[in-house]
Amino acid sequence: MQQPISDRVNDFAIKLANVNGTGSASANGLLMQAIFRMGIPVSGKNLFPSNIQGLPTWYEIRVNKSGYTARALDYDLMVAMNSQTYARDIHEVRQGGYLLYDSSWPLDNALLRDDVTFLGVPFARLCNENFRDSRERILMKNIAYAGTLVAVLNVDVDLVAALLDEKYSSKKALRDSNHRALRLGYDYAKDHFHCPLPFHLETMDANAGKILIDGNTATALGCLYAGATVAAWYPITPSTSVLDAFKGFCEKYRRDPETGKNNYIIIQAEDELAAIGMVIGASWNGARAFTSTAGPGISLMNELLGLAYYAEIPAVIIDVQRVGPSTGMPTRTQQGDVMECAYASHGDTKHILLFPGNPHECFELAPQAFDLAERFQTPVFMLTDLDIGMNDWVVPRLTWDDAYKPERGRVLGADDLEKMAKFQRYTNEDENFVAARTLPGVHPKGSFFTRGSGHNKLGGYTETPDEYQEVVDRLLKKHKAAAKFVPEPVIHGRGDSQFGVITLGGCDLAVREALDLLAERGVVADFMRVRGFPFNQTVEDFLQEHDFCFVIEQNRDAQLRSLLTLETAVAKDKLKSVLVYGGFPLSALHVVDGILNSLGTPDTPEFSTAGASMPQSQNEE
Amino acid sequence: MPSITKPIATHPSLRRNELGMTIRDYEGAMSTLCAGCGHDSITAAIVRALWEISAKPHMIAKLSGIGCSSKTPAYFVSGAHGFNSAHGRMPPIATGANAANRELIYIGISGDGDSLSIGLGHMCHAIRRNVRCVYVIENNGVYGLTKGQFSASADVGSKSKRGEPNRMSPIDPVMLGLSIGATFVARGFSGDKEQLVPIMKAAVAHRGFAIIDVISPCVTFNDHAGSTKSYLYTRQHELKATETDFVPPASEILAHIGTNGAVSVTMHDGSVVRFKGVPKDYDPTNRRNVIAYLEEHQGKGEVVTGMLYLDETVPDLHEMNKTADTALSKLPFEKLCPGVAELDKLQKEFR
Repeated sequence: MQQPISDRVNDFAIKLANVNGTGSASANGLLMQAIFRMGIPVSGKNLFPSNIQGLPTWYEIRVNKSGYTARALDYDLMVAMNSQTYARDIHEVRQGGYLLYDSSWPLDNALLRDDVTFLGVPFARLCNENFRDSRERILMKNIAYAGTLVAVLNVDVDLVAALLDEKYSSKKALRDSNHRALRLGYDYAKDHFHCPLPFHLETMDANAGKILIDGNTATALGCLYAGATVAAWYPITPSTSVLDAFKGFCEKYRRDPETGKNNYIIIQAEDELAAIGMVIGASWNGARAFTSTAGPGISLMNELLGLAYYAEIPAVIIDVQRVGPSTGMPTRTQQGDVMECAYASHGDTKHILLFPGNPHECFELAPQAFDLAERFQTPVFMLTDLDIGMNDWVVPRLTWDDAYKPERGRVLGADDLEKMAKFQRYTNEDENFVAARTLPGVHPKGSFFTRGSGHNKLGGYTETPDEYQEVVDRLLKKHKAAAKFVPEPVIHGRGDSQFGVITLGGCDLAVREALDLLAERGVVADFMRVRGFPFNQTVEDFLQEHDFCFVIEQNRDAQLRSLLTLETAVAKDKLKSVLVYGGFPLSALHVVDGILNSLGTPDTPEFSTAGASMPQSQNEE
Repeated sequence: MPSITKPIATHPSLRRNELGMTIRDYEGAMSTLCAGCGHDSITAAIVRALWEISAKPHMIAKLSGIGCSSKTPAYFVSGAHGFNSAHGRMPPIATGANAANRELIYIGISGDGDSLSIGLGHMCHAIRRNVRCVYVIENNGVYGLTKGQFSASADVGSKSKRGEPNRMSPIDPVMLGLSIGATFVARGFSGDKEQLVPIMKAAVAHRGFAIIDVISPCVTFNDHAGSTKSYLYTRQHELKATETDFVPPASEILAHIGTNGAVSVTMHDGSVVRFKGVPKDYDPTNRRNVIAYLEEHQGKGEVVTGMLYLDETVPDLHEMNKTADTALSKLPFEKLCPGVAELDKLQKEFR
């Protein structure tokens, strides 16, 4: 499947093993950004611990001229800067690969491999000789190894220097130190190694019209553009940077030039119960409001999500999913909150979900989340995940249409109310089963009593069975009506396909790459990535059109598959799972292996799946 | 408010406020609480206060949690917007509502279960944020709807209806509020509407979060001998620390009142809280002094009531956050969305 390690230009993966809290992130990000600016398709995955300082952390960079940038599973070059994990790291280098290490100290012979080339650079010694401050010595070691990588991988050195100038434009001393450190590593490599290595970079032009952005920043920008004025949140990994970014954007774009006052408010709540409560209160009062959280936060919000659902109050919840249950693994990725969000809260509840697959879609779908929440007067969840949210992705530039008008839903104004004989909250529903609401303070006739207790269609308290059922039955119809408004799935048909493959969110790139790899082997499948719940007709049709489908997702319990079987007409036995849920971003190899194992086919390129049938047994990784 | 059905017709002699409305216009649905419930008297005080200050009903948002107390927003100002939310969660909902629209009057109604147990944290943080909101705790020391369990405000030694004494120390919202920076602290007794009405009016005028702890005996589960939240006990032990007048901002009224009060505090909106009677060693603007006074008298088993502490110098939620002077919910979209040109410019940073 892989090309020989010689003659590989713009097609390889490297992994950098570091200690967290030592400043490696800026060096790794620098490399990633430089490669991006060289016009080469690239991804960077930060595999980090839930810790401030001292634990192992890794960063993986994959470049691929064809645009396959899902996580790689084996590495052409390991940058082994963490002695704690060295024994583990050396095993992940592919045969014939390279390992870069700090040769200030001798390597343990027991840890050598004779099928790997070792590149030793005395980073610590070089930095100790060149920098006086002890903290600086540690920090600059990272920039020094970046310099070595620039040399051995043929990164455009002028471009890296320019990036350092940009980054430290106002900090001369730091800028000079960075340049010196870069040069230390670069020159040492040029003097001691054959540069570049057989796998290396050459400038391309694949990134015109692309940007490098993480999903949380894109989500924050989407909320800004959607016109959100109230954000309430409680800090939680991996969603904190949504609010950090939102705050930054608001400071830049929402300070009124005339008054100097803020056209937004951000409240750091005492917990997630309060955060969602504030969002509900603000939305009830007519502001576009959102919260950003992760699975544990959704667990706490369950109570009030039911209130918003039943009292029909808009709310936008960004869930940057991490690994559960409980505290789980806060810095690892999954799509593990699908079921939790779909049916959040006690009693009969169903919610609208959106599943962006990359940062570009985070920006695109965030305004849709607000539009849906206000159109349907209900909570809307946008489920991203840690991989989308916290890693930098190369995606098409964000686009915006200045003709966009927010969908505020059925809200009666003073003029409407003036003309009405009497306003009754849950009557006169439209074709989507949505009744008009009013906002406090608009008109004396608009007053009503919002309650989470049993109510009839007039908004009055009730314990009468028929009156209760009339309201909750309409809520179900309203939820179904939302199917026509959620984003369409992304479908790639291949013709002559033998089965379908369904996925969601951050699995996108890995699954699409896997289907290309499978097609090369004659295993041809159609692709569908769902982007919204309730599922629409296109999803139903895809399920109908295929004899069977694989559902690829990152959780143990096949949550998307469960939701599909519960909420579409598909027969349960037509859906088969490939589940990868250890917490790292998905790789195409996981998917290929999962599907081939499940099909029970020999792992050879010649194999034909003509007449492939639904496998009998579940084979869940 | 009414606990009996009243005729719809209003008597022509009923007095009208500045909006031309009678007090009947500030009433709500008929109460379904037990006859004699202290909460209904509090409701009556709220009705009177809002009528007297001529609050526009549709500009009032009345919010509550869950419990007997939280039912009461239905019983006052039927023309206001009501929000009966979830147990203990009213403070965040009121905070969010206030964040979106600072132009309304917020009346939060809560109970001792709501505020001192399940929602204690929320109340504390609403105090810290100084959300502009009247926050009434209808405090009866007992869970009514679930039939008489002790609440967190039950005093040590207070006996339940079945005779069991409470042994855990109570949470006192007044002392708690003072300890975490509350800017308006009062305690009333549901049996004393005359004291409560000016406190309510001052609370509406207050710059931030106004806690009014009202001892409100539960006639069904906590009005027996041995209870420290009964009508009899409260009447026997009440110590009115202060007597207050609330003087609206209009100056001609000020002239009539005169200046014989012990202490006057000018509120943020120009109105004045005039302390007619305070003990000579009492300063309602000095937190340490108030705490010392309360500790001394509560130590003697006295239930100290009145407008206890007032600080108009602390900025509210919006002032702390420098938010726009008008409601955020009313800002036009054009002011909120930077548009495509800015997006193009911004994206140069993502290269």
